[in-house]
Amino acid sequence: MSDRGFTPVAGLSPPLPVGRTELLPSVAISAARLFNGFFEWFGSLGIFSWRVFRAAVTPPYEWRELIRQLDEVGSKSLPLVAMAGAAIGVIISLEARYSLSRFGAKSMFPVTLVYSVIQVMGPVITGLVVSGRVGAGMGAELASMKVTEQIDAIEASAINPYRLLAATRILACILMLPLLTLATDACALLTGWFAQTLVEPLSFHQFISSGFNGATFSAFLPQTFKTAVYGLIIGLIACFQGMRTRGGAAGVGRAATNSVVLASLFLILADVVLVKFILVFFS
Amino acid sequence: MATAYDIATKQAEPEQGGLAPVIAVENVYKSFASHKVLNGISLRVNRGETLAVLGRSGTGKSVLLRLIIGLDTPDSGSICIHGQDIAGLALDRMGEIRKKMGFLFQQAALYDSLTVQENVAFPLEHHRRDMSKSDRADRVRQLLAEVGMEGDLEMMPSDISGGMQKRVGLARALALEPEILLLDEPTAGLDPISSGEIDELILMLQRERRMASIVVTHDLHSAKTIAGRLALLNEGDVVIEGAFEDLQQSDIGFVKEFLQQS
Repeated sequence: MSDRGFTPVAGLSPPLPVGRTELLPSVAISAARLFNGFFEWFGSLGIFSWRVFRAAVTPPYEWRELIRQLDEVGSKSLPLVAMAGAAIGVIISLEARYSLSRFGAKSMFPVTLVYSVIQVMGPVITGLVVSGRVGAGMGAELASMKVTEQIDAIEASAINPYRLLAATRILACILMLPLLTLATDACALLTGWFAQTLVEPLSFHQFISSGFNGATFSAFLPQTFKTAVYGLIIGLIACFQGMRTRGGAAGVGRAATNSVVLASLFLILADVVLVKFILVFFS
Repeated sequence: MATAYDIATKQAEPEQGGLAPVIAVENVYKSFASHKVLNGISLRVNRGETLAVLGRSGTGKSVLLRLIIGLDTPDSGSICIHGQDIAGLALDRMGEIRKKMGFLFQQAALYDSLTVQENVAFPLEHHRRDMSKSDRADRVRQLLAEVGMEGDLEMMPSDISGGMQKRVGLARALALEPEILLLDEPTAGLDPISSGEIDELILMLQRERRMASIVVTHDLHSAKTIAGRLALLNEGDVVIEGAFEDLQQSDIGFVKEFLQQS
């Protein structure tokens, strides 16, 4: 046995292992870097958010760019969220009918579908679909503008890029997410009812009146409008990742990927807090 | 309405007897991580004067321009535009100063989703909101005609050559009728004929508009054509500043080497 705990093999010199005394500082340095990077990222995000907020509330307002972004985020995401909603409606319908039949509670089908779609699946599915489409698009577009100095050119032309590029995109996401959620919900309810009625005929009027029986606005509105927070998260993270990009084409790719991954992650984490918040204040 | 910039400008001029330099860079240092880029550089440019900043790649020429227009901030030292120190100015206040400045980026930095005429109209749409659409269109056509691009209004930046992109970038930089023009390598990557045309264009603009200009270049021929005064940078500081003849007569080893290699 060697003094380092390795048995030398004839003709081969053993690799030098990293000793415990050498390993510990390197782990500590890595952990410190990770910690530092984590706080640096949140610190930069905080400064970025403040700049965007200040730019958004002071004139001149970029109405034309806002309208363009509303179209980009809203109209162009509509087919995608409608299709996702339609698929979710069919899935929930199939699952719910099977589960409810087992417990002899088939009459609860409309209520189950309505509550599942509007309170849980509709907002989250809309958020994730928009995060994928819009987050990646915004992240890549702004990153590309950053690495080709187009954002610097905007700033050099005495135009505030936080106002023109970030505030308009974030605001468009905040405004469009609840509307897109309504579209997702509507498509999901329609296809859910359609899937059910193919097996067991049920009029749409009956489905809706049973589904919404006894429901109040407070049961559905907070769940729908919480997606404005999803919009804030998607827009903010995509713009932040895009506008801090460095490093050419690889940087653009990283920005697009990070925008989607981080926006989706923070969206789900935010949902945990929002659900609890809604249960406490709106139940 | 008088802007913060106008007030500062009016305040600065009487103090200096109306001869205050338009751009005054004083003892500026700038580093990126551990890499020192500018090492206590000082420069002054007056109205109607063109200063060419020469030097090897990586000596901080482009960084100097970015500091002057406020895209980066110096570690120490001051940069005054019309007597107003721009250090620490908020983005919107800096914007008032930038309206008086035109900047041509090394790669032109045209907005790739806009056509040639939309690129030139972009600053006008944001800062000349009082202009009617037809006046704006006329102004854009006039600017593009000045740089010889009047026939390519509807082209996209990706469909035109590098030289043409620089012409459009120059037209965009001139859109707000700046008093200061900053040009970052205006002839880099261009063939000799296109370089000559860009030089002629810059000379013509100088004669007509009497702007204070800084041209960053490593093209000595272009520098002596368009600039009355040249500053040669090495290791982040000015080695020599003066007319081309002063550089020729210099005994400094680096200056001799630079002139021989150029």
